[in-house]
Amino acid sequence: MFASKEGKVVKVGIAQMDVVKSPDTIRTSGLGSCVGVVLYDETKKVAGLVHIMLPDSSLSRSETINCAKFADTGIQGLLEMLLVEGAQKYRLKAKIAGGAQMFQFASDKNMMRIGPRNVEAVKKVLKELGIPLIAEDTGGNSGRTIEFDPDTSKLMIRTVNKGVSEI
Amino acid sequence: MGHPKINSMHLDILKEIGNIGAAHAATALSDLLKKKIEMRVPKVEMITFNEMMDLAGGPEKVVVGIFLRIEGDLEGSMFFILPIEQANRFIQHLIQDDQFDFRSNGSFIGMSAMQEMGNILSGSYLSALSDFLQLKMYPTVPGLSIDMFGAIISIGLIEISQVSDYVIVINTSISEEGLENTEMKGHFLLLPDPESFNVIFKALGVE
Repeated sequence: MFASKEGKVVKVGIAQMDVVKSPDTIRTSGLGSCVGVVLYDETKKVAGLVHIMLPDSSLSRSETINCAKFADTGIQGLLEMLLVEGAQKYRLKAKIAGGAQMFQFASDKNMMRIGPRNVEAVKKVLKELGIPLIAEDTGGNSGRTIEFDPDTSKLMIRTVNKGVSEI
Repeated sequence: MGHPKINSMHLDILKEIGNIGAAHAATALSDLLKKKIEMRVPKVEMITFNEMMDLAGGPEKVVVGIFLRIEGDLEGSMFFILPIEQANRFIQHLIQDDQFDFRSNGSFIGMSAMQEMGNILSGSYLSALSDFLQLKMYPTVPGLSIDMFGAIISIGLIEISQVSDYVIVINTSISEEGLENTEMKGHFLLLPDPESFNVIFKALGVE
């Protein structure tokens, strides 16, 4: 998406997280009901991205936890990684995208509403941590690929039907 | 918790399940289109979520996806994934309209033909499976989405992700006769929930 930059693009997979410094950018592909959460420090030009799948780590029924999978542990984990990279917590801001409902079902099973639930959970965690949410592109029923540039603090969003937009 | 230990006999059982289900679905597809459909030997893999996202051309590859949940004795998710070009060929043939294209927001009739195709194929896959295992399965009405593969497949990982970081997928690919060596491959993907593997093995008398 940022074709003319000299930096590299760091790719983040599903239930993974990473941090980058300008001029590198960070991206994740094929967000459906998952939510991509970007935390960034404009002054330090450092940013982190976590690709979360589930709203809360209390949903986990396994012995070991991959913290990047859940909104609560994922955002907390990303925050800690950013502090190590020299970001200041009071300067951190957030942009988020994803949380779509890819299939419409007449089922009342909670799993089918997982997109909106993920978005709600992310917002709650950001609020608890005192990190302002600057922009979001959430909901709907389209998949998204997103890429964040810590140099400009812009989040590019690509969907199949609507092309590329920026928040 | 998580996935049970899988040995080579279990693996053979899961392959046979893919074989039986997909063979019936491929026959149904062949009858529907009056075309010869080739089926590959099923692959059963235990892979990470990210390997799953890479399965059908990568997370950003735009595909036509049919998805349904299975409830009952055996629970899980099922997908029928087609590359856009192949889905276009099938539907153009089915509705006798060579202008039909999923990329340009296909016509209502084409979309409902695809939906119905999903119904028929998943129905034949699952009823064959249900007969073979003597287990009750209640599929939801299949949903249709034309979007990035990653965005579509991730809904099938949600249930599993609560207990595991791996997924066991029963993957059978099909293609039109004469197009076997191209990228025009369709995939039947069956993702049983982790608790359902022991149900399958028990149904066949294997612990």
